[in-house]
Amino acid sequence: MISQRGYFIENLRKEQMLQLLAKGKRLDDRGLLDYRPLKIEVGVIEKAEGSAKVSLGDTQVIAGVKVEVDRPFPDTPDKGLLIVNAEVLPLASAYSEPGPPDEDAIELARVVDRGVRESGMIELEKLVIEPGRYVYAVFVDVNVLNIDGNLFDATSYAVVAALATTKYRKYELTENGELKATDKFEKLPITTIPISITAFRIGDVILLDPNADEETLVEARLTFTFDGRGNLCAAQMGGSKGFSKDQVLKIIEIAKLKAEEIGGLLRRQVGYG
Amino acid sequence: MGKLIDEEGRRVDGRKFNELRPIRIEVGVLKNADGSAYIEHGGNKIVVAIYGPKETHPKFMALPDRAILRCRYHMAPYSTEERKPPQPSRREIELSKVIREALEPAIKLEEFPRTAIDVYIEVLQSDGGSRGAGITAASVALADAGIPMKDLVVGCAAGKVDGQIVLDLNDLEDKEGEADLPVAIMPNIGQITLLQMDGLLTIDEFKKALDLAIEGCKKIHQIQREALYRKYFGTSEAESK
Repeated sequence: MISQRGYFIENLRKEQMLQLLAKGKRLDDRGLLDYRPLKIEVGVIEKAEGSAKVSLGDTQVIAGVKVEVDRPFPDTPDKGLLIVNAEVLPLASAYSEPGPPDEDAIELARVVDRGVRESGMIELEKLVIEPGRYVYAVFVDVNVLNIDGNLFDATSYAVVAALATTKYRKYELTENGELKATDKFEKLPITTIPISITAFRIGDVILLDPNADEETLVEARLTFTFDGRGNLCAAQMGGSKGFSKDQVLKIIEIAKLKAEEIGGLLRRQVGYG
Repeated sequence: MGKLIDEEGRRVDGRKFNELRPIRIEVGVLKNADGSAYIEHGGNKIVVAIYGPKETHPKFMALPDRAILRCRYHMAPYSTEERKPPQPSRREIELSKVIREALEPAIKLEEFPRTAIDVYIEVLQSDGGSRGAGITAASVALADAGIPMKDLVVGCAAGKVDGQIVLDLNDLEDKEGEADLPVAIMPNIGQITLLQMDGLLTIDEFKKALDLAIEGCKKIHQIQREALYRKYFGTSEAESK
């Protein structure tokens, strides 16, 4: 946990972590490439059309999906809408504050959105009632409830799990062209389950799924999202130190293997494949 | 064959797969700024100003052991096909952040404790690859401001268009193509400081595109050097050898 242990203790802890990392070890005995226990609960909010609560160690994220009828964007009259928004709630840590999403939250939402969108997870072409006039708009709102590192992956899993289990009310057009709600509910047109894996660099050490203590040492971050069919569909580098090309190539191999493992888990949890 | 690359392998603007668009960089274009640069990269027209190192406002943002770097990437309302509302969009906020993180590793911030360095990137006309062009110009402007740096930073994208991996996507290729991979590097140190991707690429295609983008960055680095040479020595690098 991010705490207010004070400057001296904080630095001792950092030193201890660095010494362990140099030996390929971590404070909580995990291997460098091990994730903390990942728990995914779906359908936790009955009033939402889809929802998921994800805990990754002590990081907790909740995603809710609302589906409404809306006008399509003018340049895509024959596609439904997908809108992902992320907010870190003020209760998520001692350092989180209320207010509109800051650059970190905006980046988080946009990277998760990119992974879902570019993977083609949702067939937006099928979310059309009348082209140019009525389409379904899928709103995904994610809230971080407790920060303990690796928000990008936890948030992505929550969004994907919520979308994969969403059931929305069908609308149809009456004979005189008016919109009418029906009693039918359908699953979203899901084609694949994208998986985000984020690698972190501390010195020359590459590790996965750091907790908040470890994140205080992180120099750079690199997220790869796989489309569930073996392709890459999104990438995002962050942090203030960058990576060498060799490190980037090594991370792809690590992430590819990890995506298969986490993907299997996620697919089982949402009953997909 | 698709509609963006013809039978002879020519792209919509006549380029080959590994060819850059025309690039022109000018140094010291704004009198008031501590450093400035202007870049035309394809249809991109971008002006960058550096203010700082200077006293940090608000004061609480100052750091005791180094300067803070602030960065604003902003597109003018008239820079796009359809008017872009002047207030920063979510895209601009994200790009401001990743551009700052791309420049930061190159700057010796620890030499200026408690100060701030502001980087203002104004996109006057946008084309594909504006973040890369913004980074390229910003690092030249930082050098022009006399800020100690470990290396320049150069940005350039590669991507996939009509099934082919190509360098330096223009607007149309970016919108209609299959994938876009913007990259920034410190060419002498060999570090990658920005990497983003959207679209679909196999892992092999990703590696190929990354190599191509890095090659593109290295070519643009020469243009950065030439621009600084012209400003400070009034001659080209080749002539002065």
